[in-house]
Amino acid sequence: MQTTSDEVLIGRIAAGDKLAMQVLFARHHVRVYRFVLRFVNDPSRAEDLISEVFLDVWRQADKFEARSQVSTWLLAIARFKALSALRKRPDEELDDETAQAIEDQNDDPEVAMQKKDTGAVLRQCMTKLSAEHREIIDLVYYHEKSVEEVAKIVGVPENTVKTRMFYARKRLGELLKAAGVERGWP
Amino acid sequence: MNTNTKINATEREEIEALLPWHAAGTLSRREALKVEHALAGDAELAAQFATIREDLSETIVANESLGAPSARAMQKLMADIEADASTASRARSSFSFGEWLSDKLAAFSPRTLAWSAGAAALAVVLQAGLLAGMFVNERQGAGSNFVTASVPTVETVKGPQVMVGFAPEANIGDVTKLLETYKMAVTEGPAPGGIYTVNVRDDRHAEGRARPTVKKLQDEKSVRFVLPKAE
Repeated sequence: MQTTSDEVLIGRIAAGDKLAMQVLFARHHVRVYRFVLRFVNDPSRAEDLISEVFLDVWRQADKFEARSQVSTWLLAIARFKALSALRKRPDEELDDETAQAIEDQNDDPEVAMQKKDTGAVLRQCMTKLSAEHREIIDLVYYHEKSVEEVAKIVGVPENTVKTRMFYARKRLGELLKAAGVERGWP
Repeated sequence: MNTNTKINATEREEIEALLPWHAAGTLSRREALKVEHALAGDAELAAQFATIREDLSETIVANESLGAPSARAMQKLMADIEADASTASRARSSFSFGEWLSDKLAAFSPRTLAWSAGAAALAVVLQAGLLAGMFVNERQGAGSNFVTASVPTVETVKGPQVMVGFAPEANIGDVTKLLETYKMAVTEGPAPGGIYTVNVRDDRHAEGRARPTVKKLQDEKSVRFVLPKAE
């Protein structure tokens, strides 16, 4: 079965089609929610923010020029909204603590290591990455964004994206090593 | 690995940087082939790639464990859209008077608009407005701000005419639907007795052939009586 492309949906939304809006929302809201949740660490607030993200889509659909994927556009809006929301609350800054706040329901690295659950150790170490590094790992691995698309979402040059990803991996390797997992790199 | 195809240090660094995207399958075909080629001849790079695949897998698990938003998010969005000013302006720009009219009229019961004369009189006004509105919308939709001074009205419609008296129980929705169905336009009325003069605009009844329409109208429950108008 062929599904309507996101670009077609955006065209319909621009014409005021609320059903197209619902379809687009159903298609993307979970990923956008998870992306935003990493920033704000509050499920209720993340829900409000994704409503705002899609409301922006409703308002600006006629301005979408299809230079990037719709999902890339959504994540870029989501990122901006999340950062703006954090700025409104100075006590919640986008720092390592925020990034670490949403932790997996797993044991800490040492306990997990004792249980020989390397996957859990890895996930735990990911929560210890800086927000910048965690974000890029999520965008590349989970949101399946290309170098170019990550650059658009984060607003940095493509070479910076590659470098940031390299250092994110390197830092993850160091954290794993500290937790007793030797992977041979870095 | 063949020395002729051995990559230099700079190329290797570039490929190393691309490994995460290769694991995620988001490289171009050309880049992917280049990476595949390098991986085939470089054990260290291949080992790095294996760890990247682990990272990718666990990143997915970690994200999937974050759960999903409740239905409240969608409800809030749709409520916000309803309340948004851009929704109203978009609705205006693609305004269908016919749909609007049908919706509004459906809400009226025969009791609220019981008498056919009042209903038909309102239909005359609305129908004239509909034509003018549709015409203006079309002009604006075509990207022109120019509005002609000669907007056609129901009075300019040419065609055979019939006299119609609507049934007392017919509401304004019934009358409007009837006018649409038979492509008629009310041009005069109400005359004493609640009689209206109606132009029949359907091409099938051109050249003064209003009689088939008269016959059909006689069977309509919203019509009390109908007669061809003397020329």
